[in-house]
Amino acid sequence: MAKALKRTNLHDWHIEHGGRMVPFAGWDMPVQYPTGPIEEHRATREAAGLFDIDHMGQMVVRGPDAEAFVNWLVTYDVRQMALFDAHYSLMCYPDGGIVDDVFVYKLPDSDGGEQPYFFIAINADNRKKDVIWAQAQAVGFDVTVADISDETYMLAFQGPKAPEILERLTQVNLRDVPRFTAVSDTIFDDVQVLFGRTGYTGEDGFELYFPAEHALKVWEGILAEGEADGVKAIGLAARDSLRFEPCMPLYGHEIAADISPIEARLSFAVGFGKKFIGRDALLKIKLERSSRVLVGFEMIDRGVPRHGYSIAQNGEEVGFVTTGMFAPTSKRYLGMAYLPRALAKIGTEIDIIVRDKVRKAVVVKRPFYIPAYRR
Amino acid sequence: MSKIETGLLYTKDDEWIKVDGEEATVGISDHAQDALSDIVYLELPDVGDTFAMGEAFGVVESVKAAADLNMPVSGEVTAVNEDLIDTPELVNSDPYGAAWMVKIKISNPAELDDLMDADAYAKYEEERD
Repeated sequence: MAKALKRTNLHDWHIEHGGRMVPFAGWDMPVQYPTGPIEEHRATREAAGLFDIDHMGQMVVRGPDAEAFVNWLVTYDVRQMALFDAHYSLMCYPDGGIVDDVFVYKLPDSDGGEQPYFFIAINADNRKKDVIWAQAQAVGFDVTVADISDETYMLAFQGPKAPEILERLTQVNLRDVPRFTAVSDTIFDDVQVLFGRTGYTGEDGFELYFPAEHALKVWEGILAEGEADGVKAIGLAARDSLRFEPCMPLYGHEIAADISPIEARLSFAVGFGKKFIGRDALLKIKLERSSRVLVGFEMIDRGVPRHGYSIAQNGEEVGFVTTGMFAPTSKRYLGMAYLPRALAKIGTEIDIIVRDKVRKAVVVKRPFYIPAYRR
Repeated sequence: MSKIETGLLYTKDDEWIKVDGEEATVGISDHAQDALSDIVYLELPDVGDTFAMGEAFGVVESVKAAADLNMPVSGEVTAVNEDLIDTPELVNSDPYGAAWMVKIKISNPAELDDLMDADAYAKYEEERD
């Protein structure tokens, strides 16, 4: 018998509001609400969208060696992080393949201790694997690695209006919180929330972490506060198109155990000036140049490129599509793909094999959408 | 509940056909567009192409999925709705009207007997869900 799908604390809300539920990473999650993914995508780009992403996991690392251990575990150099900084990073295998991509927060110990602790957001599909991996690497370090996913709720509130709407609900001035940092505050009287000015949509906004029993109160409260501003609940389909346009990688698509951060063009998250798991392999790949690299492409012929489609040139298979779709903001048929370095130059023509037919495409500049906080 | 228009015949794959003598118009049902979600792409045949009953005459793709369009009965394509190429979202908003897909000349009218009328299709939808 198939294992029962897990449900978030908002599962009933999703069903009551016409959420179309689908299995995703072992969870029963809303792929869309009645107005559809394209409208949800537009609402997030133009106003703000609220995402139930409690399927994602979180682990915390505490102890005297916490910083030394996390610096060994992940690719980014966390020694340069100040308290309340949040940074994108990767956990790699010794061969440079990716265990998972993560967001690392460096936080002050709430027990008043002098050691900072680290809060790490991980992918739903990789939760168990990540925790076991981290715990196995912790041998020899004076740390504890705990999975706090069950008791921690995670929402994302993203879009140009998200900060001002959320600020109406907090004591601190959320709009003054710099990108890639976090702040802790209470919301709706008594809910203690960690607000990270982060997200995976290319828009300004926050990711919220708080005790799971308050899920409905926070969710409905933010939706009510933002109703007049055009805030919508957003499903997984729009979450995917929103992260695709700014070319943010998704585990199982652009990144995987057999793909390195160098090939995935994530060198910005790799600090070679320190020791970490996978460093030697990654340095070799970087110095010797990876044979393949992640590119963006646009269809020339008509067709929708999709995950897993083959790419050919002169009749020979040369690569594969990692994600492809109709991009709602630019209204173009776009994709990301792995290609040999020799074919990665902008303007190179390639053939996408779309449902057994050859369709022409051209390598174009990434990202397809410049994130609001980089403009 | 999805809308089912009377006066049309339906296939088990959720295409509809509106018969007018030897000619007929073909599209997909409200249930089909709803199940597919936001439609972003269509591939349609050329005038003069001929198809057997049940044969794929085109492709419809939504945000998340691709599906074949199957011919309800055998026939030759006499007109194609080119508007849908640039505005595939019409299939979501007006599946029985502006989003007709092709017109055909029916080659074997007896095949129409195998299709469902609106009542039969409503029952089929109910049992399927």
